[in-house]
Formats: sequence, structure tokens, C-alpha cells
Amino acid sequence: MTDTPSAPAALANAAPDEFPAVAATGLTKTYGDGHTEVRAVCEASVNVARGEIVALLGPSGAGKSTLLALLGLIVPPSTGRIAIGDQVVFADGQFQVRIQRFRREHLGFVFQNANLMPFLTAVENVQLAMEINDVPSRAARARAMELLDYLGVAERADHLPTKLSGGEQQRVAVARALANEPSLILADEPTAALDSVRGRQVMELFRKVAHEQNAAVLVVTHDHRALDVFDRSLEMEDGKLRRGRRALPV
Amino acid sequence: MNLALKDIRHGLGRFVLTGTGIGMLLMVVMGMAGIYRGLVEEATLLVDRSGADLWIVQSGTRGPFAEISRLPRSIEDRALTVPGVIHARSFVSHTIQREYDGRPLRVMIQGLSWPTDRGAWLPIVSGRALRQGHYEMIADASSGLKPGERVPLGKDIYTVVGLTQLMTSSSGDPMAFVSVADALAIQFDQPGEAIRVERIARLARLENIDLHRTQPQVGDRAVQPAGAIPALGTAMVSAVLVNVAPGYDPMVVGSRIAAWPDVSVYSHNEQRDLLLHGSVDRARRQIGLFAVLLLVVAGVIMALILYTLTLDKIHDIAMLKLMGARTTVILALIMQQAVLLGGLGLGLAYALGRWIFPHFPRRVVVLDEDVARLAVIVLGISLAASVLGIRKALGVEPNEVLS
Repeated sequence: MTDTPSAPAALANAAPDEFPAVAATGLTKTYGDGHTEVRAVCEASVNVARGEIVALLGPSGAGKSTLLALLGLIVPPSTGRIAIGDQVVFADGQFQVRIQRFRREHLGFVFQNANLMPFLTAVENVQLAMEINDVPSRAARARAMELLDYLGVAERADHLPTKLSGGEQQRVAVARALANEPSLILADEPTAALDSVRGRQVMELFRKVAHEQNAAVLVVTHDHRALDVFDRSLEMEDGKLRRGRRALPV
Repeated sequence: MNLALKDIRHGLGRFVLTGTGIGMLLMVVMGMAGIYRGLVEEATLLVDRSGADLWIVQSGTRGPFAEISRLPRSIEDRALTVPGVIHARSFVSHTIQREYDGRPLRVMIQGLSWPTDRGAWLPIVSGRALRQGHYEMIADASSGLKPGERVPLGKDIYTVVGLTQLMTSSSGDPMAFVSVADALAIQFDQPGEAIRVERIARLARLENIDLHRTQPQVGDRAVQPAGAIPALGTAMVSAVLVNVAPGYDPMVVGSRIAAWPDVSVYSHNEQRDLLLHGSVDRARRQIGLFAVLLLVVAGVIMALILYTLTLDKIHDIAMLKLMGARTTVILALIMQQAVLLGGLGLGLAYALGRWIFPHFPRRVVVLDEDVARLAVIVLGISLAASVLGIRKALGVEPNEVLS
């Protein structure tokens, strides 16, 4: 990703946080009850520091996406505790914050499909994330352009998603995830729909974002070829976090 | 950033097509309300345009619009003797359907009280009012007649000397105005053979009843024309219309005339009410109810369309929720589109209606106030119809993005 411009000044100057970006302990998610009970996630504890990029590996059905949904406050855990930055967001079986507001201010999401609004251009998709967070329209547009430039898709800013390639769409999605300077970016198989070259480019982009913008990035992936991009990896199986390992430096 | 407008711009063709469908539906609603109003206007047109303060009709009847009313023409003269009556004229009205120029000619013949009433009050758009007491006619343009045309009715031929506009009966038939005498001649026209048979019958009845007791001259007179037999009296009219002089209370003048045992008297408003609650009442209510029904159907269809539009956006709404969008952002997206769709539909309905309604065979009256009322109703329907979509949207979970 050496061909992409350097980080926007406002982002590059972000100070490191003394708290981990996310600290989750004893997360369990159970669906159904009695004979139909399924434990999708079982006693999982995760810590990701700001500026760190971590891969979450595991076979299909291991509970990776569910763990990501728990950390993203998309579904509530059955038990456990989640702190994001210096705020405890889930404890004692309930959310401790207004999750809509918290999500838009502190979290960024990227999925297998870019999930861009089909009726908005690339720059408008990024702008929208900021306007939702009460950033004035003009400022939001300027910063959106800045982000697209940072991610190497500025020349495609005024194109609708249908006119962008899969890789370009994912870059726009990453720009959208970065729009509100989140402390935690959660990505669920963001390269699954891309070929290996573009997939690696996107993974390297996440690494760049994590290191240059001081955001924690947790990426669910099946793609073992790009593991060298990550600072470390976690593995899940049958809902349990089995072990982690340090990746080789890039 | 206005998401509703952005979404509409993205799917403009679909939005316009949907709006056109709603517009045509609303045009039918508007048209039905216009037909309703047109029916009321046509029904009350004659009563309103005649400008009479009082309607004198046959005693015990509700007047010519409700039932058969027959009065001697002498009532006109009697009414003129009442203090405060400035003007009295006979009212004769009946519908005919004849073959003319190879096509059916159906008109409501209306008698004008020549020479005091020559039809100057009529909305004549071409030609002139009556200038002679016989054989001239002012017809409504919707009859298809043209000035100068000669129309045979009964034993006489009537020349069209003027054309009116929008003068139709409560059943939508064009009106034709002739003198009262001509109107009666057309109404009571009989073939020569029927007249001869009647005269012979008169003589036969006389011989059967008064045989050997009647003077011979009575028999001679019995076979003469009806107008030459004083005992038979003059032709009857349907009503006598009275105008009251300024300074006189029509109610007081009316109550004085109503004291005569052979007539009943109605004020202008009473006659109007009798019309609206009589001859056109069922049709008026039927069309009114149908218009309401159409409005409900339009509301249901709009709700379904808006619901479908919302279903198409479920994934986007889930993403908005995941991004932390406030509920108001999502509500605005759905409600603004609903209102814009309703507005587009109403605009199209109005434009199409103005173009199409004048070609309808009967009057369709769409007043600005009706359009304004419909706009408020459409706004209400749009908002109500979006409730289904909003309920669906509010129920969307952010994790649907993951599916």
C-alpha cells in the first residue's frame, strides 16, 4: 500500500490511548434454550490495543461472526463484560450506554459485501456516516474526500457503487468505517468477495489504518495467505477462543 | 444530505412510474368528487339561475322537480296582484327525445315567459336571446345544435337563435329554451288523427250523457279545437316563479300567497333543498360514497406501494442502524418519500384531470377548494400509508446486514 497517500493530519496526530481499544471478558452468547440451546460463543475474552490489527480465524460456524457482532454491540451477549476505550458498554446482562450513539461515535464496520448505499456516490457514502454523527455537511464532504484520497479512490468519488469494482467498493467501505475516527474497526471477512491480489491490498489497507490512525482493527478472515499482515491472530472453534499467536512482521 | 431525494434520484424512472400510477388513481378520486359536485351543480343550476325568490306550485305537491305539479297560467296574474310581487312568470319544463339529423336529440325544454322573459339572463355564448314569441329557440351548446339550425318539434319548426354554455338538467341533458306557449305546444302536441278521434269522442260522450237535453250548438262546439272551448280552460304550467320587490320580505309575501288553498309556496332555498334531497339525493349519495370508497382504496394501494418501497430498502435501513443513525433519519427517509410520492400523484392527477374531465359527457366540477382538500387528504394518506413501512423499518435489526 505504499502507493496510497499518507494519513490525514487530523488522524495521524491521534494520541495513543492508555486503555485497550476493546477489552471483553467472559463473553457468552446462547441461542434457544433446553434441547434447542446453542452456544455460539463460550466464555471468550478479547483484548485489542489501539494501533493493533488482529485476525480472528476459524472454520465456518466457529462463532467468529457472532463474536464480532457482540463486540460491535449488534447483538447483546448472554453473559460477560465489554469495555471499549475507557467505557464499560456491556455488563450485568445489559448495555451500559446508548448503543446507537456509541456505535456511530466509536465503532466502524466493514463486511464481506461493502454494503454501500446504492443511491449514494462513493463520497456521499462516506459523508453520510459523518452527517449521521452531526458533522456539518461541508466539513463532512471535505473529510470524506480526504479519506477517499488516503485510501486511493478519490478519482472514483462521484461514482455510484454499481460503477465501482469490488476492491474499490471495499476501500469506500473502509473510508466510511474510518469517517468518525473510531477507536475500534470490526471487519467480517472483508476480502471474501475479492481475488487474492485485491484481498491482500485491502488487508494491507487495514494494517495501514491501524498503525497510522491508531485504531484497533479486528478482522474475521478465512484467508491464511494474508496472515503476515496482522500483528497477531486469534482462533476460534466451537464458540471458544482456542489460542492466539504473533504473526510474522510484514 | 437528504436521503429521500437521493434515493428518488437514483430510481427516478421507477418513482415517476409509481407516482403516475398513484396520480391516475387520485385522478379517478378527483373525478368522482367532481362528478358529485357536477351533479349537485347541474341539479341546482336551474333553481339558482332562474333567480326566483318564490316558487308557486300545485297545492300539496313539492314542485316540478320532485313530482308532477300542474297550475293554471292564471296564477301568474293572481300573483302579480299580491303586494310586493314585482315579477311573476310561468315555469314549464319537460324532457323530449326526438330524431334529428339522423341522431337522437334529447333536450330538456324550458319555457320562457314571453314577452317579459326573453332569456336575457341565460349565459349566451353565441347568438342572441328570443326576439319573437314563437318558433325561436336558445339551446345549450352540448346539444350539438348550431345557431341557424331549424329543428322540427311537433307541428312546428324552431330556429336556434342562441347557444348557452353549461346549462344542463339534473340528469345531464342539455336545456333548450322556447316561449312558454311553444313549450306547451311541444309538450301537448298530438297527431292530427288523435285530435280528430278526441273530437269525435267528445261528441259521443255528449250524446251518451246529455241526449235530448243539450242545446244543438253545444255539440257543434265540442268538435272545435280545445282552445276554442271556454269550459276546457287553458293549458296548465308546472310552476309560477315570483320575484319580490326590494324592501319586501320574501317570507311575508310567500306566506300571503301560501294562504291560497290551491297552491303551495317554496322559497328559493327550500326548492333547492327539495332538489338535493329529492330527485338527485340517491345519485348524489351513491357517488359521494363511491368517492370515499375510492379514497380508501387509494390509501390502501399507497400504503402497499410505500411498504414495498420500504422492503426494498431493508438492507440499507439495517446498515443505517448499524452506523448508528437516529430513528428520525430513517423516519424522514420513508415519510419524505411518501409525501413526495403523494405530491407527485396529486400534481399528475390535477394536470390529467384538467385535460381529460372537460371531455366527459357530464359535468365534472373540480374547484380549487376541492383540490386543496384532496391535497390535505393525500398528505394524511401518505403519512398514514407510510406507517406500515415505518413499522417494518423500526423492526429491522442492524444484524440483518450480516445476513
